[in-house]
Amino acid sequence: MRTTGPPTPGETHERPRPSHRTRTSSKARDGSAGWRVRLTKADMRYSPYLYVAPFFVLFAIFGLFPVIYTLWISLHDWTLLGGQEAFVGLDNYAYLLFEDTRFYNALFNTLGMFVLATVPQLLIALLLADLLNRRIRFRGFFRVSVIFPYVTSVAATALVFGQLFGRDYGLINYVIELVGLPPVNWQSGRLASWSAVSIMVDWRWIGYNTLIYLAAMQAIPKDLYEAAAIDGASRMRQFWQITIPMLQPTILFTVIISTIGGMQLFTEPVMFGGGDYDGGSQAEFQTIAMYMFSEAFGRQDYGYGSAVAWIIFVVIILFSLINVLFVQRIRSAV
Amino acid sequence: MMATIGRRRARTIALAAGLAGVLAAVTACGGGAGEEGESGEITLVVETFGNFGYDALIQQYMEENPGITVEERNTQRLEDYGPQLLQNLAAGSGAGDVVAIEEGQIEQIMAANEQFVNLLDHGAGELQGNFLSWKWERALTQEGDYLVGLGTDMGGLAMCYRADLFEAAGLPTDREEVGEQWATWDDFIAMGEEFVENSDAAFVDNTTIPYSTIVNQLGGQQGGYTHFDPSGELVVETNPVIRQAFDQAVAIGEAGISANLEEFTEDWTAGLQQSAFAVTTCPAWMLGQIQDGAGEDLAGSWDVAATVPGGGGNWGGSWLGVPAQSEHPEEAAALAQFLTSPEGHISAFQEANTLPTSPEALQSPEVLEYTNEYFSDAPVGEIYGTTALELEPVYLGTLEVPVRTAIQNQLRAVENGDLTPDEAWEQAVAEAEAEAR
Repeated sequence: MRTTGPPTPGETHERPRPSHRTRTSSKARDGSAGWRVRLTKADMRYSPYLYVAPFFVLFAIFGLFPVIYTLWISLHDWTLLGGQEAFVGLDNYAYLLFEDTRFYNALFNTLGMFVLATVPQLLIALLLADLLNRRIRFRGFFRVSVIFPYVTSVAATALVFGQLFGRDYGLINYVIELVGLPPVNWQSGRLASWSAVSIMVDWRWIGYNTLIYLAAMQAIPKDLYEAAAIDGASRMRQFWQITIPMLQPTILFTVIISTIGGMQLFTEPVMFGGGDYDGGSQAEFQTIAMYMFSEAFGRQDYGYGSAVAWIIFVVIILFSLINVLFVQRIRSAV
Repeated sequence: MMATIGRRRARTIALAAGLAGVLAAVTACGGGAGEEGESGEITLVVETFGNFGYDALIQQYMEENPGITVEERNTQRLEDYGPQLLQNLAAGSGAGDVVAIEEGQIEQIMAANEQFVNLLDHGAGELQGNFLSWKWERALTQEGDYLVGLGTDMGGLAMCYRADLFEAAGLPTDREEVGEQWATWDDFIAMGEEFVENSDAAFVDNTTIPYSTIVNQLGGQQGGYTHFDPSGELVVETNPVIRQAFDQAVAIGEAGISANLEEFTEDWTAGLQQSAFAVTTCPAWMLGQIQDGAGEDLAGSWDVAATVPGGGGNWGGSWLGVPAQSEHPEEAAALAQFLTSPEGHISAFQEANTLPTSPEALQSPEVLEYTNEYFSDAPVGEIYGTTALELEPVYLGTLEVPVRTAIQNQLRAVENGDLTPDEAWEQAVAEAEAEAR
């Protein structure tokens, strides 16, 4: 990696440099010393951009371009098979925001399931992480186990849960009936379907969040706890007054990641609904991501589906901002 | 000046680095596509849904055409298959070399016919006589110069019923007698009420299959169209047959004779295996679905009655087309022609009871004399074949599938107790309008 030229001033410690130096350094030798200095400065200044360039080039092609192109499509009448038809300006957005009750239904479902899934998810993850942070038996085993649901494929998880939540032949209803209660039609009604989907989501994400919290907890200096213990603080009090405040940036991170995931919730409710984008007969568990699919691929209105996609993007940004404000308020309150 | 050189150089290098990354990605993707072996062997993928009965035909084709491997890629549910096909077509890759096009999608695909190879360019023109005229014409452009698909089956209607459960509940079990007793849908409901009084099972699987059946029957009898009129206008509110079919389906649900199992879901299949219901409408292609779903344990329990309450009709049926994205259009077109030849229709019928749309096949002894062992040796060839030649299918709009699904969703909500029938009808009209806007 290291180039052959003599060490240049300003290069204080070793670092890999691009090979173009090899060619330029021979030229620089018969040039003035100023050449070399300038070159070194240019190197110092621009190499970092070069190192990050591959990501940004790939991002531009596979991330940015589709986003911009989606915006372009959303301004048109555009059918899936027929392609571009007519420029309609903001018509798709106008209908979406002011007339489309189905979109608002999907938005409501998405937010509802987000709250129903995320609040218990993060709370349970916090408690689990606190448990795993203590000296318990088989700690290593438990720490590895919590991540297993996360590494299982979503489709497989959803498939199994889909069977568990079957109305007539599902295991959960079987147990409910054993207890003597009436079986639940999980696919019908908001509360039942939201709960089922939330359980699937939490099953998958609790372990992930637990590990993140655990890592952050291990970075908290032990002497804080020792000092608190000497002052007579209970474990509970230590948890609320040391652990939680110290974890605040981590909690913010998990809340934002959960927000992004929650707003894009798709696979679980789709598989739960047997592969349909309808989300139940009354669209009780149709999320905005499912609505986007059903518009773009069911009705084959690509333009409108793209408009939905853009609104989802805006909604995620809005909610992430709200989260940041919210968590900052908690910080100032603590 | 020097700084500019540095910047330009950095930019060039960044570009080069980026391109290298892209190249790596592209070549990595390219590796999978080379399915052709060195010896000129090619693989053709046939994409189907449900059960097309092509196992024997594919085997035969591979034996007769060394160098060609044919794989069937099957998706059980049409609801999954249809959107996936359209996505693959729109994306320009991922579709099979020969794909099944269901009647609910044919109008849409005709509107984007350039997505498919024109089979007339591959010598299909002389095959017209192999198909019922409507089956040929619906896959042909108005100008008659572009043929998108060759007909496979159609969905002539009959009823499938569990003779063993009927007997246990004290109902007649003979095909003729059963048919006579349910001449109308009201008779059907009366029979169902009697059945559920004497049985643990429900009578019919759901109210959405009866809806599809009735809408197709009435549409065929009155005007030849259902949710969309032939000019492509949504007519859910103005075409009386839609409301009639809806009300009749609601009545079935309110009589308490439905198992409320959504068709072709895992629950439906489980219900089939657990004998949760005793009757369902059987377009010809449904026989294969039931046999696959119910399994060998129930062989001989099912039977087929020729009479459908309210009269005959057509529900479903497909074409085979060759997507323009296929790398082997010539070979794929030849395969599609083989599969849809009269012999192909007969073989598929023998395997999955998909009702031929080839007049020659329909009149062949192989079809007319065919009895189905699984369905208590019912003479299914005679049951379906005799009415098939006269069937005239109804016109379907481009958004037929989403509109019908939206209406069926409301029927399911009534069965679940989430909506009253009147609310459901209002909702059905609103949803249909939103889908077709």
